[in-house]
Amino acid sequence: MTTLFTILFDGVAYGMLLFVLACGLAVTLGLMNFVNLAHGAFAMTGGYICAVLVNNSGWPFFAALPLAFVSAAAIGVALERTLYRHLYTRSHLDQVLFTIGLTFMSVAAVDYIMGSSRIFIKLPAALEGQFDFFGVGIGRYRLMIIVICGLLTVALQLILAKTRFGSRLRAAVDDPRAASGLGINVPQVFAFTFAFGCGLAGLGGALSAEILGLDPYFPLKFMIYFLIVVTVGGSSSITGPFLASLLLGIGDVAGKYYVPKMGPFVIYTIMIVILIWRPNGLFGRTAAR
Amino acid sequence: MTAVSDVSSHAMARARWRPAEIAFWVLAASCAFLFPSRYLIMTDIIRLALFTLSLDLILGYAGIVSLGHAAFFGVGAYSAGLMALHGIINEPVIALVVAGLIAMALGFLTSFLVIRGVDLTRLMVTLGIALLLEALGERFSNITGGTDGLQGIEMQPILGLFAFDMFGKTGFFYSLIVLFLLFLLARRIVNSPFGLSLRAIKNNPLRASAIGVPVNRRLIAIYTVAAFYAGIAGALFTQTTALASLDVFAFEKSADLMLVLVIGGTGYLYGGLIGAVVFKMLQEVFQTITPQYWLFWIGLVLVVIVLVGRDRMHRWALWLPNLVIRQVTGRKAVVTVPESEAP
Repeated sequence: MTTLFTILFDGVAYGMLLFVLACGLAVTLGLMNFVNLAHGAFAMTGGYICAVLVNNSGWPFFAALPLAFVSAAAIGVALERTLYRHLYTRSHLDQVLFTIGLTFMSVAAVDYIMGSSRIFIKLPAALEGQFDFFGVGIGRYRLMIIVICGLLTVALQLILAKTRFGSRLRAAVDDPRAASGLGINVPQVFAFTFAFGCGLAGLGGALSAEILGLDPYFPLKFMIYFLIVVTVGGSSSITGPFLASLLLGIGDVAGKYYVPKMGPFVIYTIMIVILIWRPNGLFGRTAAR
Repeated sequence: MTAVSDVSSHAMARARWRPAEIAFWVLAASCAFLFPSRYLIMTDIIRLALFTLSLDLILGYAGIVSLGHAAFFGVGAYSAGLMALHGIINEPVIALVVAGLIAMALGFLTSFLVIRGVDLTRLMVTLGIALLLEALGERFSNITGGTDGLQGIEMQPILGLFAFDMFGKTGFFYSLIVLFLLFLLARRIVNSPFGLSLRAIKNNPLRASAIGVPVNRRLIAIYTVAAFYAGIAGALFTQTTALASLDVFAFEKSADLMLVLVIGGTGYLYGGLIGAVVFKMLQEVFQTITPQYWLFWIGLVLVVIVLVGRDRMHRWALWLPNLVIRQVTGRKAVVTVPESEAP
């Protein structure tokens, strides 16, 4: 029974992490119908920046996290303004090719600058080890991830539901043409959201170094996971991707624990079955445009 | 010159063999005598060309974007390898066809998953199938040999007459003949009414179904055929290199394949062949400059191609040959820009 709870706990932590990593992608896809396979590259950037700051410059971990967010967001907005925006009207094939190209470049560039081995971020002593909670082993680091990601999720939901920007964003996702007809500056909304999504990915990358492992091949290894979150969850709300990430996180951890020999087999099978059953995602409302 | 009036005469005119095409194949065959020391790399190019031809059939003609085409290549490669290893079918040509048919069966089964949903779902499903097979290969490493791959494959002589030699001469001619035969078949397919209906589907599926084209059945058919081609390419890989390892399923393989096709141009059969030649040359150049980081340059090529625009790039590349043709023959250029991709 306690192992069940431990798996559940680890799975939730993993799922929350995946959600923070992937929710930016949901917006890119839902708002601009843009297939961004390079999303993992922003996560990796954030992770490496955090690692350099903590390990080499001696920054405290919690000070480096916001900077990982800001720098990934800055790179994101720079790329969005210079390169990405030319591709919104192009075919999906062009978008796929372009973002695969970016991913390859980021992989090789990070390999060149930082070396190809996996890197670790020095954690403060308070986050190491685990404690017992009614017999269930709770990792401190994972607990912190659940707290941070949980707060972020609530904040995102509030921004989306309560603020003026949130309602503009929702309008633009529902129908970009009608939204711009109503005077909403869709490209601007999109640039903000894109930067924010990249920032979240950067933050997620910094947090995930301990759990997922951070090496130059991160964007390629986890691309499929991000895409699963988005396609299974649908891109019309953030509740969909959130539930999909939790499902994926728990499923992956449980699958690795109970049937370790099957490896990632379980996840891919579940994904394909879900996509056949509901091609627009489990929680998708409308057909993708 | 009479103006082409109806669809059938237009299609017939398109299907006619042109001097440039004959020249292309003569050139390809003469490569064997021009560069007798480079059989291995030339065989590599031919395999890649065949594999790209397969992707072109579904991407260029039917408009299905696939990120997991390596799945069929891998299945073909492993089928051929296992058949040779356990002596099930020793004769390479029969083994080649059987491997192709196995990949084709898989293609037929998975096509039902692929035709559902929009571009993104297709991307995911194709990618998922390739990853699934890779995971399966790892799981059953007692059969597939795991990450080490199949060891000790020994190929029997082709048709019992031509043994594979260490310089790869037999392998080269074998591959070239297979490529040529399959190319003829593909040429026949895309110029047939079936091929025309595929183009209609690619341009606008809704309109195609409105004029009575059974969209889903056509897509299943072409996907199955493409899987057969990819399986043959994979089997050729195993037979000419006596190797099969798990990276035949890798994502990088499918991504590289897209790059090859895009370099050559989608939607005309020679695109895959030309792309394979250019890609291999680029790869050689990059690998000699920076052996470890050539992935960066491949990525850069992709980004530049997309930003410049594929159509524009092909117009530039065709400018000189077209100019020569116009000057020499005094008529309109026959080498045209491939059909543009509608957004």
